[in-house]
Amino acid sequence: MMSYFALPDITPRVLKVWMRNRDVFMTTLTVNFLPPLVEPILYLFALGFGLGNYINEIEGVPYTKFIAPALISVSMMFAGFYECTFGSYVRMYYQKTFDAIIATPLNIDEVIAGELLWGATRGVINASIILPILSIFGLAVYPHSLLVIPFAFLAGLMFSCIAMCFTAITPNINSLTYPSILLITPMFLFSGTFFPLSLLPETVQTIALAILPLAHIVIVVRSLMSGIIEASLLLNIAWMLGATLLVFLLSINLMKKRLIV
Amino acid sequence: MCVSSRRSSLKVFDMDVTRDQRKIKNLMGVVPQENNLDIDFSVYKNLYVYSRYFDIPKRKAEKRINELLDFVQLNEKKDTMTDLLSGGMKRRLILARALVNEPRLLILDEPTVGLDPQSRHVMWDKLRSLKKQGVTIVMTTHYLEEAAQLCDRLVIMDYGNILVEGSPSSIIKEYIGTDIVEAENTPEVIACLEKSNAMYEQAGDMVQIYTNDPHDITEHLFSECRLGKITARAATLEDVFLKLTGRKLRE
Repeated sequence: MMSYFALPDITPRVLKVWMRNRDVFMTTLTVNFLPPLVEPILYLFALGFGLGNYINEIEGVPYTKFIAPALISVSMMFAGFYECTFGSYVRMYYQKTFDAIIATPLNIDEVIAGELLWGATRGVINASIILPILSIFGLAVYPHSLLVIPFAFLAGLMFSCIAMCFTAITPNINSLTYPSILLITPMFLFSGTFFPLSLLPETVQTIALAILPLAHIVIVVRSLMSGIIEASLLLNIAWMLGATLLVFLLSINLMKKRLIV
Repeated sequence: MCVSSRRSSLKVFDMDVTRDQRKIKNLMGVVPQENNLDIDFSVYKNLYVYSRYFDIPKRKAEKRINELLDFVQLNEKKDTMTDLLSGGMKRRLILARALVNEPRLLILDEPTVGLDPQSRHVMWDKLRSLKKQGVTIVMTTHYLEEAAQLCDRLVIMDYGNILVEGSPSSIIKEYIGTDIVEAENTPEVIACLEKSNAMYEQAGDMVQIYTNDPHDITEHLFSECRLGKITARAATLEDVFLKLTGRKLRE
């Protein structure tokens, strides 16, 4: 059991892997910016300004203001999750990038950690693209909202690590659809994103907060963007830090078991 | 690098592979059998990104990369994306990549598999010149001509066991002799060969006679055995390999 949570052997060389992924990202910059730019605008118009017309207020705020933080949160989740499932799997299995790197002084722990750091960075990038757009529509309170950017790193890292666990155990690339459709999609809809968790029965609420990482992200981002910051946020952040540490260790150890026979 | 054996130990440059893996990998270059170039990068960028893994300072890396691109004759393809390169160019780029850290030990897994004759000879030239520079090269190959061309020391392995070890020429001499005479495989020829105590092997419709003196044996065969067609040629590593491992397909 302990071997699944063993401490990895990591040096600052991790950054070299991060830089490799950054360099690839930079070569295809325009197309990388498109999804985080366009998707939230579409949701904002369809749900916020469209459907939102039929909704007066949710928890005392207009519907657009209610979903705006969710759109950023969801984008952080997608960024980390897809980078470290499909993205990492392609690099590992099809492009053999990991094999090439571990022939150098880097080890597999560092390769995986570098991938996770990059996934977290994608979360930050997405948040940095979406926040200004939402601000144009007056949906963010400053300066509190600026904290969303560094927070996106933790959120992105958490989902990158979760994703990497699935990448480590998936038999093939198609099977990554299971966590995507059975975990990420429900989370996308039921984490207090488009309707408040308080609509759900109390037990369901408790369960949601206990097991849905996105629910915590949404609470924190919503509170930052509305400028009302309460001490209870520390609990959400503590939950995320604990969960991230666990999945961070687990993902690296699972990957080692997969790659080193 | 993967070391799984618990009973035995492996040392490279007097360093233990489990303990000093980073140091060893710093002195080592690897050319894997499967191309694993970064398809997202140009030729130059592939080498540059790789040099970063070795903590080579930028200036030094740029200089080294230009030298290497000249060495493997890819300078004109500097800015080409790697998936547009030919098979031979990809192998040469991988060789260059394995050399960015100026390794003392170069490990090659089937370096010329699938290459056309020209590309293969260019690769051989490069490997020979590296050998001259004092780089230790360890390679696996199933092209026995390649082994004969490049290797000072050769090990023939079958199902994980070492069958022979030595220089290519000494192995050929020891197991075959200098030459091979091939004749048609007929009962008369076999009977005649048996009578004259020749070393021979049947291979399909041919019979191969191992010898150090092809003139003598052909003359003998012509006069004594009334042979039809006969060819004599120099013995090769392939003959040794087939003799030692048999002619059955291994699947």
